[in-house]
Amino acid sequence: MTAHDLVQQLVYGLSVGATYALIALGYTMVYGTLRLINFAHGDVYMVGAVVGFYLATWMAERGTAVWLMLLVVFAGATLACSVLGYGIERFAYRPLRNRPRLVLLITAIGVSLLLENTFQLKWVFGPTPQYYPQAIKSALLQPVGVLGLTRLDVMSLFLSLALVGLLTWIVLATRTGLALRAVSFRFDTATLMGINTDRIISFTFVFGSGLAAVAGVLNAIRYQVEPLMGIMWGLKAFIAAVLGGIGSVPGALLGGLLLGIVETLLRGVLLPQEYTGYADAAAFVILILILLIKPSGLLGRAAKEKV
Amino acid sequence: MRRTLGWALAAVVMIGAGCKQPTQSGSEIVLGEYASLTGQTASFGQSSHEGLMLALEEINAQGGVLGKKIRVITEDDGSDASQAVNVVQKLVNADGVAAVIGEVASKRSLAGGGVCEQYRCPMLSPASTNPDVTVENGKVKPYVFRICFTDTFQGRIDGKFGLEQGWKNVAMMTNVDEDYSKGLSDSFRKAFAAGGGRIVAQESYSGDTKDFKSQLSRIKDKNPDAVYVPGYYNEIGLILPQARQVGLSVPFFGGDGWDSPQTVKLPEARGAFYSDHFSPEDPRPEVQHFVQAYRAKYGGRTPDAMAVLGYDAMRVVADAITRAGKADRQAITDALAQTKDFPGASGTITIDAEHNARKPIVILQIKNDAAALYKTYPPE
Repeated sequence: MTAHDLVQQLVYGLSVGATYALIALGYTMVYGTLRLINFAHGDVYMVGAVVGFYLATWMAERGTAVWLMLLVVFAGATLACSVLGYGIERFAYRPLRNRPRLVLLITAIGVSLLLENTFQLKWVFGPTPQYYPQAIKSALLQPVGVLGLTRLDVMSLFLSLALVGLLTWIVLATRTGLALRAVSFRFDTATLMGINTDRIISFTFVFGSGLAAVAGVLNAIRYQVEPLMGIMWGLKAFIAAVLGGIGSVPGALLGGLLLGIVETLLRGVLLPQEYTGYADAAAFVILILILLIKPSGLLGRAAKEKV
Repeated sequence: MRRTLGWALAAVVMIGAGCKQPTQSGSEIVLGEYASLTGQTASFGQSSHEGLMLALEEINAQGGVLGKKIRVITEDDGSDASQAVNVVQKLVNADGVAAVIGEVASKRSLAGGGVCEQYRCPMLSPASTNPDVTVENGKVKPYVFRICFTDTFQGRIDGKFGLEQGWKNVAMMTNVDEDYSKGLSDSFRKAFAAGGGRIVAQESYSGDTKDFKSQLSRIKDKNPDAVYVPGYYNEIGLILPQARQVGLSVPFFGGDGWDSPQTVKLPEARGAFYSDHFSPEDPRPEVQHFVQAYRAKYGGRTPDAMAVLGYDAMRVVADAITRAGKADRQAITDALAQTKDFPGASGTITIDAEHNARKPIVILQIKNDAAALYKTYPPE
């Protein structure tokens, strides 16, 4: 193990972690406002990858330039998922908002199963993995430089940092952000102060789903598209959100990057080769440890349980 | 007296409700199929299901067996072993099928086979190659059969093939979640080392792994002549492109788990080898009849190995029912065990004492979106 190898593994870890972070932001935003773990979020990420796949394939057949394809794919997937996220909240969660928390949680699982199984239908997407057009893959996945970094790695790091920056700016410097903080601080009081809570909650779903779509497209280019791709990746992103402190925006970024690095270091450096297959369990060990030692996460605030 | 009669009646009712006898009277014979029509390895289930349905159509067009039509109840296990247990229980108990056909993946055949053993219902796996599917702790499972070779044989041939290609140092990657991958890795390792080859790396991954770059760059550091990956096609579709990304350009090879229309379409898979059950180029009339019938029914697509094994599995069960003379579970089990020289499209099928079929292995090489026949090894 040379220093070069170590740096290379760290770079892989950051690149993977950046997509965890993008999805974790969606979990964190929804949890921050509704105190709901939106289990359908991983499947929204999958839908983003699928929409991007259809757009990319359609354009590749017509010989569109790669930069234009990427632009349309990211924009189209983000738009589609924002609409989907809005719809899920409007039609599945909003009617149940005043019911016990458990009802919402089970509904979230229901929405998740609905999306997974709908997309396994042959005329929607089908159960077999598909790949993005070769033009996109070969443009983004060629190693550049000495560290084995690909353009996609650079892009995913850059995109996630930029989007976290954008979100932080919205939260801290805009009126919507102020309202968002108020809603997350105390829902009922925010309503009394004249904040349109429905609009704020819709915003968190629209924005979070758009971020998930970006992560979906990135990972679909890097790996593949299939209807169940959101289950494990979504769970890990959720763990990243808990690790960073659920409800905290910088926490989601930190948790995501950290989880990505831990996983790749386990696989590439720390675990003996016969056991690298168990690196996927690391996220769950982390979840158990964080819940035992610091349930509020690394950057989360310890909240008193209101009775 | 009256009370005793009451208890006896109650007992009869309970027994009747508890173990439903196969409902095979009437004008049809009901069989069950469980397959991974959805989920991670959906390509396996869909191909074997298509092959099975083609055979079913042919058999029923020729008047069925014993003067009755065959009806197959198909259940999807979603590529999940615990779901496989549930659906096989449903087929065996609620539907009362005379025999069960399935699965492709060894892990799910092991799960479903346990249920069939418990309820004494014959099960025929079209394509599961792990030795434990039919044999447990050295004891043959009386009700579970397969019509393909085992990984003991496949691993040995893969090892031999590697040595014949002149590869001295080989790296391996094993999926620690799958009985198939672990079993094939073991027998390959033994065969390759016994022949004088050296295993320079034994990396592992899980079914949920999407990023293999850490393992692949470690393999690259060892400078192997080739990399052996006994995994499933969905993993191969991730591993091969990522290998190119980390700059690992040596040949890759693997087992029949690679078999899928998905693998041959991968540009990064060109030149790679895998061992398999059949080649559609085989000129034998059984093969050519099957390939043409399959293309006619399924829009001109070329069948893969899972399709041919699904086709043969259906025909072997129909043949066993004909020889048994009745659609009775025990009689079909006995007839299956005596299957001899059945002219299957995937080769001549004789079920041996360990409930396996001894069949040749082909090595295919991926070229221009198709798998071309490279070499054939006879059964041992």
